[in-house]
Amino acid sequence: MTAILFTNARLIDPEAQTDAPGWLLVRDGRIADRGTGAAPVVEARVIDAGGKCLAPGIVDIGVKTCEPGERHKESIRTAGAAAAAGGVTTMVTRPDTTPPIDTPEALEFVRRRGEQVSPVRMLPMAALTKARAGREMTEIGFLLDAGAAAFTDCDHVVTDTKVLTRAMTYARSLGALLIMHPQEPGLSSGAAVTSGKFASLRGLPAVSPMAERIGLERDLALVEMTRARYHADQITTAAALPALTRAKAGGLDVTAGVSIHHLTLNEFDVGDYRTFFKVKPPLRAEDDRLAMVEAVADGTIDIISSMHTPQDEESKRLPFEVAASGAVALETLLPAAMRLYHAGQLSLPQLFRAMALNPARRLGLETGTLAVEAPADLVLFDAHAPFLLDRFTLRSKSKNTPFDGMRMEGKVLMTLVAGAPVFERTA
Amino acid sequence: MTFAKRHLLGIEPLHPTDITALLDHADRYAEMGRGSAKHGTALTGLTQINMFFENSTRTQASFELAGMRLGADVMNMSMQTSSVKKGETLIDTALTLNAMHPDLLVVRHPHSGAVNLLAEKVNCAVLNAGDGRHEHPTQALLDALTIRRAKGRLHRLNIAICGDIAHSRVARSNILLLGKMENRVKLVGPPTLIPSGAADWGVEVYEDMREGLAGADVVMMLRLQKERMDGGFIPSEREYYHRYGLDAEKLSHAKPDAIVMHPGPMNRGVEIDGTIADDINRSVIQEQVEMGVAVRMAAMELLAQNLKAEREAAHV
Repeated sequence: MTAILFTNARLIDPEAQTDAPGWLLVRDGRIADRGTGAAPVVEARVIDAGGKCLAPGIVDIGVKTCEPGERHKESIRTAGAAAAAGGVTTMVTRPDTTPPIDTPEALEFVRRRGEQVSPVRMLPMAALTKARAGREMTEIGFLLDAGAAAFTDCDHVVTDTKVLTRAMTYARSLGALLIMHPQEPGLSSGAAVTSGKFASLRGLPAVSPMAERIGLERDLALVEMTRARYHADQITTAAALPALTRAKAGGLDVTAGVSIHHLTLNEFDVGDYRTFFKVKPPLRAEDDRLAMVEAVADGTIDIISSMHTPQDEESKRLPFEVAASGAVALETLLPAAMRLYHAGQLSLPQLFRAMALNPARRLGLETGTLAVEAPADLVLFDAHAPFLLDRFTLRSKSKNTPFDGMRMEGKVLMTLVAGAPVFERTA
Repeated sequence: MTFAKRHLLGIEPLHPTDITALLDHADRYAEMGRGSAKHGTALTGLTQINMFFENSTRTQASFELAGMRLGADVMNMSMQTSSVKKGETLIDTALTLNAMHPDLLVVRHPHSGAVNLLAEKVNCAVLNAGDGRHEHPTQALLDALTIRRAKGRLHRLNIAICGDIAHSRVARSNILLLGKMENRVKLVGPPTLIPSGAADWGVEVYEDMREGLAGADVVMMLRLQKERMDGGFIPSEREYYHRYGLDAEKLSHAKPDAIVMHPGPMNRGVEIDGTIADDINRSVIQEQVEMGVAVRMAAMELLAQNLKAEREAAHV
């Protein structure tokens, strides 16, 4: 493998929280050296970054590849290509496939498919309960041995607290990470939007933002009881934040995420029933969005995810309340995040702390950093390059992006996984 | 006065001048309906299809009669017994109908926004006959016409809308219309049936009927759906009638000449006392039905005019 030397780069280091000019040398799949000032003369492919940003590759927790079961919507190959083009070097995939990933055999299948066809790293997650039905726990031990990165029933909430308590207790003994969807299903079932003036005028079934807080408070009480390792997949409302802060201050092993859509869009974007803006949980009020941005800035929320959820045209071209939820986002995660940077709300080191360093650490990975000796999973991007998003240019099979036709800034120029380029922008 | 709209999907996109133009037009049809020559020719040669994905007797009959009186060929499709049951999507149904070249499509659908979605896919004028909990524009227009004829104006009136606001598309369209025409609108009902955020709509919200009806020129009652009476939203039918049913005592808090309205069908003894509903000095409920035909004739004629103009422009 040839060495690559990036010169004249803007190094985004989420660990040191620095954003400074420098050079970086990649050799044998790892970051061999880095520094400021004049780059060393070495035998390597030299890439003059021209002042563009070089950051650790994104570790995206919660990608749906739709494989097995829904390959007309997406596949591991197409999701991998989208990830590479989006600067995502590790996809942590969801088990909400058909059938769900709830046995070691199924997990082994997706893991192998990932190795065969995905240009980026793929770490599959497993279901916490069989068939994601919330009744019996999966073979957590075997699944861990087979390589399960974490355990989650995705948007299915385990309502039986006895089942959940036992699953948490068992998982804790094995050190497994649980990823939960904090939501009170009694309130949120059937809801398509967040309750309020807008939802009521549109006449859509709505859920109070309080449903998220109730779900989180319940989960955290059980974490306090069982001492399980817990990650909330998406915190999207200000009302839920105090519980999170309290749990962290109390020394519980708790982290939280938020989707890029909840950081960059709000409930009004739904407009006249635009189903590409239907996500789960639904988009929130602007005050909540701003509170989430602030929570990422101060570290209360640890991780930003794409929550990449491909849906075909047929699932979306329906009346809003019966249309499918979710949006594709692997390729738009970085340019959408740049909105927050250009708005002066989050710095690049802060963004990459939430998109690379924190998720990698939470999963025990060596990546997510620009440290010497770390694996060379990197993204080179132009934070300022403007473009108009045409959804049909996306590499995902499904084109359900809420950013269609919008002006965005931020283009990935090159993505490296273990020192090897997996994407290079030609034009 | 002009009405430059392709479809009638809701009150929300209408300007007060659109509303006035439409009502002025409807006034003439109301007079025509009372005469012996009820026929017009405004829709001669045009095809009107009524697509009702939800049960309806009154609205469908009203649209049918309105179309026939103006000379349209009217076809009723009951979508509950059609290919929708066989799994055809709304879009496919729309495209199938579109291939038959209708000029006016009247649609009722149980999902909010479904009529907007359908309107994007067809070449004809679409009239929303009620979509989910979203809008029912012709109902609001016929209510407005009834009020204007009874009160002599459609502004600076004190109007109480009472009952199940949360599930009512009639209420939403009326709130929008009456607000645009600069009336004082008050919502009255149990808090479980008031939609969240309603207080931000530029209306006043009351939980007590007597307070809500105080000084009202117009009392608009809403139908309470049977399936909402079983303890989910209110404890019981009788408790609802006791606290929110319109009877003579509660009505006495409104102005002495206040009119009583109801979009129908009524649940006598649930949201309204039978004697109030039948009191010809107070109730304009039958007039609402009459105005329904007139308003729908006017709306279809204006949309058909726009459609013709658009088609002629395309041929030039």
